[in-house]
Amino acid sequence: MISRARSSHIGGNFSMAEIVAVLYDEILNISPKHLDAPDRDRFILSKGHAAAAYYSILALKGFFPMDWLDTFYLNGGHLAGHATRSVPGVEVSSGSLGHGLPMAVGMAKAAKIDQRPYRVFALLSDGECQEGSVWEAAMLAAHHRLDNLTVIVDYNKIQALGQTREICDLEPFAEKWNAFGWTVRQVDGHSVDELYGALSVLPFTSEKPSCVIAHTVKGKGVSFMEDKLLWHYRTPVGEEFDAAMSELCSLPHLNR
Amino acid sequence: MRTAFINKLTELAEKDRRIMLLVGDLGFGVVVDFAKRLPDQFINIGVAEQNMAGVATGLALAGKIVFTYSIANFPILRCLEQIRNDACYHKANVIAVSVGAGVAYGSLGMTHQALEDIAIMRAVPNLSLIAPGDPLETAQAVDYLAQGHGPAYLRLGRAGEPTVHKNPISWQFGRAIEVLPGNDLTLIATGTMLQTAVAAAEKLQTQNGLSARVLSMHTVKPIDEEAIRKAAAETRRIVTLEEHSVAGGLGSAVAEVLAESGINTRFLRIGFPPVFVHEVGNQDYIKKCYGLDVDSVVERLTGFLRLHAQER
Repeated sequence: MISRARSSHIGGNFSMAEIVAVLYDEILNISPKHLDAPDRDRFILSKGHAAAAYYSILALKGFFPMDWLDTFYLNGGHLAGHATRSVPGVEVSSGSLGHGLPMAVGMAKAAKIDQRPYRVFALLSDGECQEGSVWEAAMLAAHHRLDNLTVIVDYNKIQALGQTREICDLEPFAEKWNAFGWTVRQVDGHSVDELYGALSVLPFTSEKPSCVIAHTVKGKGVSFMEDKLLWHYRTPVGEEFDAAMSELCSLPHLNR
Repeated sequence: MRTAFINKLTELAEKDRRIMLLVGDLGFGVVVDFAKRLPDQFINIGVAEQNMAGVATGLALAGKIVFTYSIANFPILRCLEQIRNDACYHKANVIAVSVGAGVAYGSLGMTHQALEDIAIMRAVPNLSLIAPGDPLETAQAVDYLAQGHGPAYLRLGRAGEPTVHKNPISWQFGRAIEVLPGNDLTLIATGTMLQTAVAAAEKLQTQNGLSARVLSMHTVKPIDEEAIRKAAAETRRIVTLEEHSVAGGLGSAVAEVLAESGINTRFLRIGFPPVFVHEVGNQDYIKKCYGLDVDSVVERLTGFLRLHAQER
């Protein structure tokens, strides 16, 4: 998709692949047959630039035809470069960072007011946590005891122009979420077992929102992309594309 | 207007549990009764307007009709991107309510003066923009918005404005109200300038024997193009009045309609120049400094009419 579209953000798509896979395979109560079910779980991709991975899992789960993926970014296509609500299964549009968590808090609060059982999940990028609005919402979520709300941070440690620790360090990151009143668990964001282990026991603490810090590697799965800033923006084409596909196709779980 | 707003909203919210009021830690003495009577429908978000707009959108997407309340530019410009991307793109029932339109809180200084807000909000897709002219219009606008017609910006004055309409009105979204009939010129006013327009029209009548039509353009977006074209065709002279910059506000919106109408019209915008106000003083004082008091308006109208007297 990204290669055909000559688009960016492949690194941040690969870093969250396991996260969305576990969410949609095992955790979220969402069905393509009942898109507007009032008690569906709400998933908000706040890092909207990672739409390729999001669209891929939605297509795999049957929210829209697989061949829509071929139109990603393209003139007249169905899929814009950032997550867009007009696409079946996309709960809210995103793309400007720091918007997802406040909306998630509103949805979680509505569930509490109306005594509905649904849960709300927001997937954030690490660089996004430099936005003040994230912490405005984090503070309010704890104040309202929204234990039906879970944040997952894709902590790949690289943002657009460099490493987070060199640009505006998030550390001590878990302590920040803790201090804001959240219960935090840190997992290997590429371990399906660890992700499932955390996301299947929510909330971590009754009457507190939950935060999963998923330690990930930008560009995970392709050796020459892993942990490389270049792949925030670079598009794999030609030999790079072939090499990347060859590596990805040899991954063991794809051949099961 | 503030009182008419909160009274109507409280009355409606008691009947419709979907209606919620969010405040950004402002509204002392205004929202307390609502909060006490309807605690499940009230949230003080804290001093965090971006969060207020985002949370409001989340609540609205989960079925609520949410009014966000603060003063001047805080509930709109501080969180403009949340209004645009979150509320408006999703056509969520989020109604941003701002009290202190124009220089209503004039003496508090530049931060608390809203003089560019119409221009900015007018450009945002899916957003309706309503600036009621008096408490009667305010109550009916709230009645309409609380039904859930998508995102809106409700621009209010403060407390204590007089009721301009002498008789009961039938307020319709997007339809200007003819407050006074007239054939020599038309004054199109929005928000707090409605009372000034009516007073100026009455003076013109007694002093100069001229009959000025007065239209209350309470809905600035979508604007009532038909009423503007009709007034242009029938009176040939249009003057807009707004407690807002003349750059991009009501005057600009009316000018766009007139320019494309093909109707030969003489046109004048009365409002603030696009500057920051440096004068210190209350609403009346600052409006007078910028020629927005009744006497200054009458003087400008007289000059405008003299200039174009031979053209009818």
